[in-house]
Amino acid sequence: MSLSPVEGVALAEIETPADGGERRDEEFVGRSPGQLALARLRRDRTALISGGLLVFFVLVALAVPLIEALYGVGPKEQFQSRLDGYGMPLGYAGGVTGEHWFGLEPGLGRDIFIRMVHGLRTSLFIAFAAAVLTAAIGVTLGTLAGYLGGWLDSVINWITDLTLAMPFLIIALALMPTVALRFYGQREAVPAYFQIGVLIAIFALFGWTSTARLVRGQIIALREREFVEAARASGAGLGHMLFRQLLPNVWAPILVAFSLAVPQYITSEAALSFIGVGLTDETPSFGRMIYRSLDYLQTDPAYVFFPGITIFALVFAFNLFGDALRDALDPKSSR
Amino acid sequence: MTRFLIRRLLSAALTLFAVSVLSFLMFFALPRDPVTGMCPKNCNPERLERVRQELGLRDPLISQYAGYMKGIVTGRDLGSAQGGRCDAPCLGWSYVSNEAVSDTIARVLPVTLSIVIPAAILWLLLGVGLGMVSALRRGSWLDRAAIGFSLTGASLQLYFVGAVLLIVFVYNLRLLPVPSYTSLFDDPLKWSSGLVLAWLALAFLFSAIYARLSRAQMLETLSEDFVRTARAKGLAKRTVYGRHALRAAITPVVTIAGLDVGGALGGTVITETTFGLNGMGRTAVDAVRAGDLPTIMATVLIAAVFVVLANVVVDLLYAVIDPRVRLG
Repeated sequence: MSLSPVEGVALAEIETPADGGERRDEEFVGRSPGQLALARLRRDRTALISGGLLVFFVLVALAVPLIEALYGVGPKEQFQSRLDGYGMPLGYAGGVTGEHWFGLEPGLGRDIFIRMVHGLRTSLFIAFAAAVLTAAIGVTLGTLAGYLGGWLDSVINWITDLTLAMPFLIIALALMPTVALRFYGQREAVPAYFQIGVLIAIFALFGWTSTARLVRGQIIALREREFVEAARASGAGLGHMLFRQLLPNVWAPILVAFSLAVPQYITSEAALSFIGVGLTDETPSFGRMIYRSLDYLQTDPAYVFFPGITIFALVFAFNLFGDALRDALDPKSSR
Repeated sequence: MTRFLIRRLLSAALTLFAVSVLSFLMFFALPRDPVTGMCPKNCNPERLERVRQELGLRDPLISQYAGYMKGIVTGRDLGSAQGGRCDAPCLGWSYVSNEAVSDTIARVLPVTLSIVIPAAILWLLLGVGLGMVSALRRGSWLDRAAIGFSLTGASLQLYFVGAVLLIVFVYNLRLLPVPSYTSLFDDPLKWSSGLVLAWLALAFLFSAIYARLSRAQMLETLSEDFVRTARAKGLAKRTVYGRHALRAAITPVVTIAGLDVGGALGGTVITETTFGLNGMGRTAVDAVRAGDLPTIMATVLIAAVFVVLANVVVDLLYAVIDPRVRLG
């Protein structure tokens, strides 16, 4: 486990004087741990490439209406005339043409490219929202448990164990329709934003445990340090202790945990949609597309590759970036 | 040792109890009427009312829960509409499939076990082996290949890998039949040829994670003083790496493996869906779709039992692997 980022930075600067070699004669400029980490990140080629890919994905997700207007095809439009008698797209690689970049879905004949762009937006939104929520819950509970200890610590620990023992997929599976039925009737269509909201809530409910554990461990390690003792001795209140003394020292692992949680939620959302409890067919999503493509593996193998490779690239970029971020924030760690 | 075991089992039982209460509340007490799913077509109000009576839904919640638990331990009488006497691990009666839930489970649990156990052996050997070797040969081409493998594998999705495997081995090369389940005891050859793609897909993804984890652990261990001391006192490399370092490095791997295997035994929904195998996971999904509450409840409980038991086994393994862990 890494200690505070500040220590790591100090060590790294002592160990690698070559870094600042060319600046030797300049006036010494103090840099904050954040600036140092950013500089290290800029020197990392993996970080730059994966970061660039992520920026691209986010921009695409943000520009969905623009792309749709330029591309000229909506996610629900069907192009039955371009399918053959069996519902298979005409042409090569699942009907790839200048008009339909990634081809058409067999059966319904919807455009795959524009559905994937929409799916990307949904996926990223759910993942970011869930990651922010879990980080908030995890940090709060982890800090309280670690700093206050005692019965509160025991209770939070036990709840963590309990949450880990609940089979996430099955509970999510069972909860989704139950919650939807609570608010909507048996025959009513459940709107997409409601499904998205429930997905985020379920992820938050199950996802906070790892952050809480991480933060708790860090806080316990910090709790007995001299500067904390000094602050306590000078009569600092609980809020000051938590927010001014302890949390600034654990932001690095929290940031890393956050950046590695996002791809997890992307994967989970796709998985839930894949097994048919996340988003319905109305809302374009990667998981749903891949599930539908399983029926056409033999006849239209191109269909599975477009969403499959895109979600791989997305998760891959996030994982690489998360690793690079960890290295930049904690130079002592070795991959 | 005995005291530790008893205490650990007690806490496991407490967790299981909490899971059972929570899932019971979640499924039976939520405002959704559990009966609607239980007679799928043309249900008249009388029949619905009768089903409610038979299920004991008019009784207070506590006695419903007590009845359910009693059924699991000693069996109970469910009434003629639900197949009459229901023997000891009684998990209720499914109105959807018209059979005792325990019979459904007895049919689908072997499928999941057949998928998970060989796959787990494969992924542990492959993952830990690869991680150890690449840590020992740090910086070599093998190490770099292993890093690339684990980075890629950790970002791939099982359904995508499964689809690619199906396209290549089943539909193009025609080397393997379309995945299906045959009992190991009926025909071992058919059993393995029908499941081998599922094992490969699972093993590929999981071994990537394990290779990464065990490599990092091994590297950390190798830099510790006791390894240097062992080398310095003249022990053979094989002894130092294989016995001393491996033991210390493998502890966190065991923890994760316990969670993963325990979780997978409760149902590998995605693997089963991708390869069209009908195991615990698919049963759970179908039960959810059909609103088949007794089956949902049973799958959740069994999955939780596997996770909790796996955690107990991990704690015991700790004591075997790491002599510093004192039980008591």
